[in-house]
Amino acid sequence: MEVFTLQLFNGLSVSSILLLIALGLAITFGLMKVINMAHGELIMIGAYSTYLTQNIFKDVLPPSLFDWYFVLAIPVSFLIAFVFGLILEMSLIRFLYGRPLDSLLATWGVGLVLQQLARSIFGAPNVAVTSPSWLNGGVEVLGAVLPYKRLFIIGLVALCLLAMYFYIYRSLEGRRMRAVMQNRDMAACLGVSTRRVDAMTFAIGSGIAGIAGCALTLLGPIGPSLGTYYIVDAFMVVVLGGVGKLVGTVLGAMGIGIFNTMFEYWTNASLGKVLVFLCIVAFLQWKPMGFVAMRSRSLDS
Amino acid sequence: MLTLKKLTPARIWLLIGYAAAAAALFSAPMFLSDFRLNLLAKFLAFAIVALGLDLIWGFTGILSLGHGIFFGLGAYAMAMYLKLEAGGGKLPDFMGWSGLNQLPWFWKPFENFGFAVLMGILIPAVLALFLGFFTFRNRIRGVYFTILTQALVIITTTLLVGQQAYTGGTNGVTGYSKILGQSIASSDTKRMLYWITAAVLIAVFILCRYIVKSRFGKVLRAIRDGENRVRFIGYNPAVYQMVIFTISAALAGIAGMLFVLHVGIISPSMMGIVPSIEMVLWVAIGGRGTLIGAALGAVLMNWAKSEFSTTYPEGWTYFLGAVFIVVVVFLPNGLMGLASKFKLGKGKRRSEPEHDRVEYPAV
Repeated sequence: MEVFTLQLFNGLSVSSILLLIALGLAITFGLMKVINMAHGELIMIGAYSTYLTQNIFKDVLPPSLFDWYFVLAIPVSFLIAFVFGLILEMSLIRFLYGRPLDSLLATWGVGLVLQQLARSIFGAPNVAVTSPSWLNGGVEVLGAVLPYKRLFIIGLVALCLLAMYFYIYRSLEGRRMRAVMQNRDMAACLGVSTRRVDAMTFAIGSGIAGIAGCALTLLGPIGPSLGTYYIVDAFMVVVLGGVGKLVGTVLGAMGIGIFNTMFEYWTNASLGKVLVFLCIVAFLQWKPMGFVAMRSRSLDS
Repeated sequence: MLTLKKLTPARIWLLIGYAAAAAALFSAPMFLSDFRLNLLAKFLAFAIVALGLDLIWGFTGILSLGHGIFFGLGAYAMAMYLKLEAGGGKLPDFMGWSGLNQLPWFWKPFENFGFAVLMGILIPAVLALFLGFFTFRNRIRGVYFTILTQALVIITTTLLVGQQAYTGGTNGVTGYSKILGQSIASSDTKRMLYWITAAVLIAVFILCRYIVKSRFGKVLRAIRDGENRVRFIGYNPAVYQMVIFTISAALAGIAGMLFVLHVGIISPSMMGIVPSIEMVLWVAIGGRGTLIGAALGAVLMNWAKSEFSTTYPEGWTYFLGAVFIVVVVFLPNGLMGLASKFKLGKGKRRSEPEHDRVEYPAV
């Protein structure tokens, strides 16, 4: 029983991290058909932002306040990644609309440059971020110890998801975003500034990547190539979940996260990945567009 | 476009150009040191992958980020043969370290050179056919397909690293001494291998050219420019996509086999995500949709890499990143596109490929 609880929890934990990373991707891909390979590096930027926040707290502020650095680090990571995303969108991505494969290659280049920048600034070795002491330890459920850190991440992801939901489905900006997603030309005709919506959406997606980076600092040391470990899995979430609706991304992340943990427990790490991949290919035989696809009468959507 | 009947001046110049290039390739051993020759041979092997990639990306509009795997599987097939030949009946060293005391059954047939070569072509081809069968038929294409190929890279490399006893793990397979009884390190063998590589490259180039110029190639370009229209006319694009993807993977396998012969090692890091996407960059920089561009791009990029990456490792990464961005944004047709813009190519050029241009869907 306790093994089962632990496996389920681990699966949930992996899913939540995947979800946080895939959330931004799904939105930019769904809205702009841009494959952002530099997303992993935006995660890395978020992680280093947390690292810097920690250092500032350590050096400048009294030690009694140190434990609260993480509360500040989350918005800081979001903002810094947001700004990076905005710059990226305005300087490069907007020339690549309608060329998804080209955007993939160009953003890969951006990723390379950002990684090397991080290596030049912070050095190639990984750096450790001290987690705040209130996140150490865990809670015992059904005989299994669930670490607070992972619980915290799950909570954080739920919060982000909720915020995204309200942004997309309950705010004016979100309505514009959905309009552009569903019919760009018509939205533009009705006075929606698609340029602005694109820029905002991309920046928000990047900001969420920043939060993901912040969360990852809780799980281990961080390095310049932090994002690359997760990026392909996150894209698989998007492929599996389909684009256009949040619920698809959630299902995709849960599916991959839980199956991955299960298969890895039953077999081993490398075979588990193979099985997950085969399952995804098999699933796509049934639903080629993923769990949730936006209905459209257009042929090439 | 050009037939034997029409010997226009442009075509004559083109033929002279090809003949000169072939002559230069074959006479290179006379001018280059053994070290340089070995490097060039490696670049030529890469050019073969680039040709294969160009067939599916440049001509069919499908971007595969999985060619490192096909390349690597070909390389592993050859490496297994070389390892067994070097061992001379003894167990490969890494198997002993991992506690195996008997040669696994699937290693046995690789003692035969012919079998190894056959597998080096067939395994990548079958894997590609498998993936293609389950994706193209369901009209999974564009970026979805690209992401799946990338996932294929990840799982294959983790599998190779994980099954250390059978694959040599992270270190890969290395330590060869003989090929078909000849010492692999001697400069005579090396020269021979170079010539073989050059000959294979030329043969592959001619094959690709034949494919591209044929009716089949015309359908491929049509798929690139408007898959649905091709379908409405009555073709089944999936079949064409599968066939070309398989051919492309087989070419990558051939390249991998040649690569191992020149470099003497294959490991998972040589076939992972990064090498796979770099292969795409060679095609992009040379000019997708032009065969000669793809081959030249591969040689050029690798030459630049071997010149600069060791002296300026940091600068090289920045440069590489910048090349990705610049080529995509400013030079979508690569150096060949640039050349034709400045009328360097004398003959009339095909109109610029306009693939990847997906209109935003109207609901």
